[in-house]
Amino acid sequence: MNSLSKLSITLLALSASCAFAETQVSVKAAADYRIYLQDAMNPQQADKQFSLFVEPEIYHSWNDDLDSVTFKSFYRWDNQDDERSHGDIRELMWLHVGDDWELRTGIGSVYWGQTESAHLVDVINQTDGVEAVDGEDKLGQPMLNFTLLREWGAVDLFVLPGFRERTFSGEQGRLRGPILVDTDNPQYESSDKDNHVDFAVRWSHSIDVWELGVSYFKGTSREASFRPVVNQAGVTLQPYYGQMSQVGVDLLAVIDSWIYKFEGIVRDTNDSDNYFAITTGFEYTSVGVFDSVWDIGWLMEYQFDERGKEAFSPGQNDLMLGSRLVLNDVDGTEVLLGMVQDFDYSSSRSAFVEASSRINDNWKWRVDARFFSVSDPQDLTYSFRQDDYVEMSLEYYF
Amino acid sequence: MKKLHKLLTTTAIALSLISGYTLAETAQEKGLAIAKERKARDIGWGDSTAKAEMILRNAKGDQTVRKMKIKALEMSSDGDKALTIFQQPRDVKGTAFLSFSHAVKSDEQWMYLPALKRVKRISSRNKSGPFMGSEFAFEDLSSFEIEKYTYKYLKDETINGELCFVVELDPVDKNSGYTRQLIWIDQSHYRAQKIEFYDRKNSLLKTLTMSDYQLYLDKFWRANKQNMVNNQTDKSTDYIIHELVFNKGLSEKDFNKATLKRAK
Repeated sequence: MNSLSKLSITLLALSASCAFAETQVSVKAAADYRIYLQDAMNPQQADKQFSLFVEPEIYHSWNDDLDSVTFKSFYRWDNQDDERSHGDIRELMWLHVGDDWELRTGIGSVYWGQTESAHLVDVINQTDGVEAVDGEDKLGQPMLNFTLLREWGAVDLFVLPGFRERTFSGEQGRLRGPILVDTDNPQYESSDKDNHVDFAVRWSHSIDVWELGVSYFKGTSREASFRPVVNQAGVTLQPYYGQMSQVGVDLLAVIDSWIYKFEGIVRDTNDSDNYFAITTGFEYTSVGVFDSVWDIGWLMEYQFDERGKEAFSPGQNDLMLGSRLVLNDVDGTEVLLGMVQDFDYSSSRSAFVEASSRINDNWKWRVDARFFSVSDPQDLTYSFRQDDYVEMSLEYYF
Repeated sequence: MKKLHKLLTTTAIALSLISGYTLAETAQEKGLAIAKERKARDIGWGDSTAKAEMILRNAKGDQTVRKMKIKALEMSSDGDKALTIFQQPRDVKGTAFLSFSHAVKSDEQWMYLPALKRVKRISSRNKSGPFMGSEFAFEDLSSFEIEKYTYKYLKDETINGELCFVVELDPVDKNSGYTRQLIWIDQSHYRAQKIEFYDRKNSLLKTLTMSDYQLYLDKFWRANKQNMVNNQTDKSTDYIIHELVFNKGLSEKDFNKATLKRAK
C-alpha cells in the first residue's frame, strides 16, 4: 500500500507538471460460478465453485505520450479453494519511447507466438495455473525490456530478475492431481533459487503476408517437475524448477482466407536430453455464411513433443479441431467449440466451449465448459477425468 | 464483358494517342476522369488524428454507441495507414486495429488484444464484414484508391442542393461484398454526397449520406457526419467525427506493431 501511495503521489506530481498528460482508469470485474458435472475423486474437493475477481488498471502518460506508467492489479476470491483466492500485480510498468527504441521497466506481461492450442515459444511469464486450464492467464514478471525498431524488424532484449512460481489448485480445488502440490517449498536447480536473473532476446518482423519471430531464452524453466515428499502432512509434491535454454521459432502466413501458423522450440535442460516440440496448423474463415453477416472459422492444429509419453505437456501427439462462430452483431457474440484428440493415448480426448456476448456497454456474459475423457492412467490429463465443468460468468467493465 | 470494355477503352486511348485525334469521351473515360479528379483534390493531407463515434440503431430505434480514436497517414504511392483504438464498449477498451491498405494487393491488418498482450495478424479477406457490429463494412472505411474500381459515368443529378455527377463503381476485388456502388459526387468540390451499395444479388443493400462537410487546411473537405442506412434491415449507423486535426507530424514510425501494442 505504501508503494501504491508513493506511485500515486508521483503520478500526481507528473500530471501537474506536464501539459500533455493523460490519465485513464478502467476496471474489469466478474462473478464466476462453476459447476462440476461428476463426483470428485477426493471428497474434500468442491462440486461447485463460486468466485469473484477484480482487476483495476490505471494508465498515466506524459511527455506527449512518450512516457507512461501502467498499474494493473488483480485479486480473486474463491469460496472453496484457498489457493485460488489470490492476488497479483499484473503490471506496474514505466514505458519510455525513444526515436526508434522503447524501454520498459517494471512488472509486466509479454506474449510471444502464433498458435492457439498451445503456446510453446511463450516463456517470459509464469502461468497463473489456478485461473484457467488453458494456461493463458499469466503472472506479472519483473523485467527490463529494451526494444529496438529497425527496417529489418524489432529486437527485444529482456533481463528478468526474480522468478514467479506457478499457482496450483489447493485441497478443495478441482483440476488437480491426486497428490497436492506443496507450493510453500519449491525447489530450484540454481543456487540463486527464485532470484536467478534470466535473459531473453527476440527478433520479430512482418514481411508481406508473413509474420516471423525467433527467440532465445536462458534461465529458470516456467514449467515445474514434481518430486513426491513424505512429511507430517502426508505425501505432497514438491515443485522443482530447473534451468533451461530454449530457441523458439514462430511463423504465420496469411493467404486469402487461410492463416497458417507454426511454433517450434528446441529446449536444453540439465535434467534430461535436448528435445524439440512443435505446434502447427491453420485457421480458415468463411465470411458471410448462410447469406448472413456471420463468420465461421475452422481451426486445426497438431501438437508434437519429441519426448512423447515422457513429456510434461499433454500435447505430445495431439490434434485440435475447432470452430469459431462470430455473429458480427451489436453485442459482439462469439462461440468457440473445439476438441483435442490424443494419438498416443487413443482413448484420451477433451472438448471445450467458450461463448460470450455483451449485455450492454458495461456488462457481458460468458460461458466456458470443458469435458475430459481419459481412461489411461499414464496420460497427464488422467487426473482431470472427473472434472468436466460448466462455468457461467457475469463480467463488468468500466 | 469487362474485358471487352477494357479492350475498347484501351483501343480508344491508343487511337487518340496515336492520331492525336480526340474521340468523344466515353462513359468509362468520364467516370475515371471524375474519380481521378476526386483523388487529386485529396492529395497532400499528410496525417490526421480524430475522435470518432458510431451510433448504431436497430429497426426499433434502440441505440448503442461506439467510441474510438483514429490516427491516419497518407502514403504517396500506396494506400493509407491507419491505427484505430477502441474506447467503448468498455470490454473492448484498449483493443487496437492497425491497417495498411493497398490499392491492388490485399490489405495488411493486425489486431492488438490487451488482455493477452497479443498482437494478432488477421486476414483482410473479411472486408465485406461489419465493422464493430455497425452497418459499415471494413471496405467502406478503407481509403479510396483509383485502382480499386472500374468506373462509368451515368448522369448529372442534384441532391443535397448540389449538382452531382452520378458514377457507377465496380469493385475489382472479387472479395468485395458489392456488385456495384452508385456515387453522387458534387461538381463544385468533387465531394461524395451519397453512395448506394448494391449487394451480390445486385439489390440495393445500403445508402450512405454525407453531411456537415468542413474545409480543413483550406483544401480538404471532410464530412463530419456519415449516415449509413441498411435498406434491407432498416438498421442504421451514424459515423461522427470529432476533433479532426491534421499535420500532427505523424510518420511511418507511428504505424507499426510496436505502436499498436502501446496505443491507448
